[in-house]
Amino acid sequence: MKRTNLKTNDLILQTTVNIVFFIIFIFSIYIFFAGHYTPGGGFVGGLLTSSAIVLLLLAYDVKTVAAIVPFNFLKVAAAGLLIALATGAGGIFYGEPFLKHAHGPVHFPLFGEIELASATAFDLGVYLTVVGVTMTIIQTIGETE
Amino acid sequence: MSNNLVMMPLLIPLFAGILLIFFNRKPVVQRIISVLSSVAALLVSIFLTGTVFQNGIQIVEIGGWAPPYGIVFVADMYASLLVLSTAVIGLTGILYSFRSIGREREYFFYYPAVQFLLAGVTGAFLTGDLFNLFVFFEVLLMASYVLMVLGGTKRQLRESIKYISVNVFSSALFVIAVAFLYAVTGTLNMADLSVKISENGQTGLITVIAVLFLVVFGMKGAIFPLYVWLPGSYNAPPAAVTALFGALLTKVGVYAITRVYTLIFIHDKAFTHEILTWLAALTILFGVIGSIAYWDVKKIVIYNIITAIGVILFGVAVSTPAGIEGSIYYLLHDMIIKGALFFLAGIMIRITGTADLRKMGGLISRYPLPGWMLFIAGVALAGIPPLSGFIGKLKVIQGGMEAGEYAIAFLVLFSSLLVLYSAMKIFINGFWGEEKPIAGNPDVKGMVYPAVILVALSAAFGLGTEFVAPFVTQAAETLLDPSIYIDAVLKEQ
Repeated sequence: MKRTNLKTNDLILQTTVNIVFFIIFIFSIYIFFAGHYTPGGGFVGGLLTSSAIVLLLLAYDVKTVAAIVPFNFLKVAAAGLLIALATGAGGIFYGEPFLKHAHGPVHFPLFGEIELASATAFDLGVYLTVVGVTMTIIQTIGETE
Repeated sequence: MSNNLVMMPLLIPLFAGILLIFFNRKPVVQRIISVLSSVAALLVSIFLTGTVFQNGIQIVEIGGWAPPYGIVFVADMYASLLVLSTAVIGLTGILYSFRSIGREREYFFYYPAVQFLLAGVTGAFLTGDLFNLFVFFEVLLMASYVLMVLGGTKRQLRESIKYISVNVFSSALFVIAVAFLYAVTGTLNMADLSVKISENGQTGLITVIAVLFLVVFGMKGAIFPLYVWLPGSYNAPPAAVTALFGALLTKVGVYAITRVYTLIFIHDKAFTHEILTWLAALTILFGVIGSIAYWDVKKIVIYNIITAIGVILFGVAVSTPAGIEGSIYYLLHDMIIKGALFFLAGIMIRITGTADLRKMGGLISRYPLPGWMLFIAGVALAGIPPLSGFIGKLKVIQGGMEAGEYAIAFLVLFSSLLVLYSAMKIFINGFWGEEKPIAGNPDVKGMVYPAVILVALSAAFGLGTEFVAPFVTQAAETLLDPSIYIDAVLKEQ
């Protein structure tokens, strides 16, 4: 492509991305929570979230996105691993085998009784790891000159 | 009943590895966490081995799902002893890295990668499920890719491309082999597989799958026609990394061959074990040819890995009690001594600044301790009686004789001679003769004692064979009689 001094104006792209980002992000959260009963789960959820952030990267530059989503994604991945491992190891402290999952109704002040499973926490770990790893890969390659 | 102790040698390095990611800019914190977790893993492994020795095979049904439906981790004596040696190698390898690995590598996740490698190796030894074995193979391989390329020198980049290509290919083959086996038997739990195959008979199809598994694990463990990737790849990374690789990675392949050929594919030994016998013999032959051919310190030790793999697998292939016991002794000995030899080779390379034996000499006057350590390690490697390599080779040869494989048993004896020659070549050329100017870094303080620990352990292993014997006998009993393993895993049916 020929280099020009003219600054390209990405107004349409950026405005669309500002809206679409939230739709994709919310859909990824939906997919994440739907995983237990319908197709979905931590892995696709994580990939969808990263794809939303990648869309931001396409519309803006690396620095702006780092300001919008101010995480060290490597640490996000590590935190995800830690959550998954802690969920697995939790069973040990109750005298159960590793990765024995608990589930049951939990009472919340606003929502009432909700059926929760500790497998969701494991999935959250997967979700964070996937987001962290994908974004680390993309950001590292993007920043390399 | 489930005993979470089995998971501990795996969970400790895994947890430490994750924790270390958060501290990549603080080398001191990294070192402290690494050492603490390695010591903890070592203590837990000792405790696990003791428990297995007293109470028999320990299992943990992950998630509380009974086998064959869930994943099961099984600590029999064979796996426990290997986990214990892994912990020893892990600890000494980390101690050796402190002085040798350099600040840049420490900043870029060297210690987390080591911990993940140890977690992968430990998991591969402990798992009782073929697909889970694949997953742990990948965990340890991913960590090894990182360790191999970390530093980014030209040679490392070139060799890691080869290493990754070979391993990606063999992993794909592993998945295909698992898929075939699952299609035929409908299960992936090792104990259940063994039951299913003995009930329905080992058909020709299953024998083909058995050979496919031999190819897969042979590629990971570097047996005769599949070892070509190893000499170049292991020569590229620094000595601390090569020591971990040489002592642990190929041994996982050997362990996997031993496990499937003593537990699952045991009904057509005339065919499968005959192939294994000949491949082991050729592995020994090509290993010693390589080890006497080169003048490169690391290359000589690397080819000695290949020879040792042949010896271990020959013991497994003859599958007599003496052969199996011998292969266990030799496997444990070889993990320890290969660690020590790579540490010492690393010290020599650091002092002289070259790996070429013809360019070094006369080190003994300034470095007596590494010199004599190398001498003892070399003698132990060849299997001279008071040291650790003797009992293993003796039993392997005894097993070979009992099975009527006289030619190969003599090949093992003859290979010892050449292995001794190659080790003494390092000692004589490196430490004797004219003192030559030192081109490298003369400061090797702190790098010697991990090697001293391993050599001392090897000597203790050789002198205290009486103490080790009951453990090895118990391990061999399980390998010789699969029903012990099967009953322990599937007892609650």
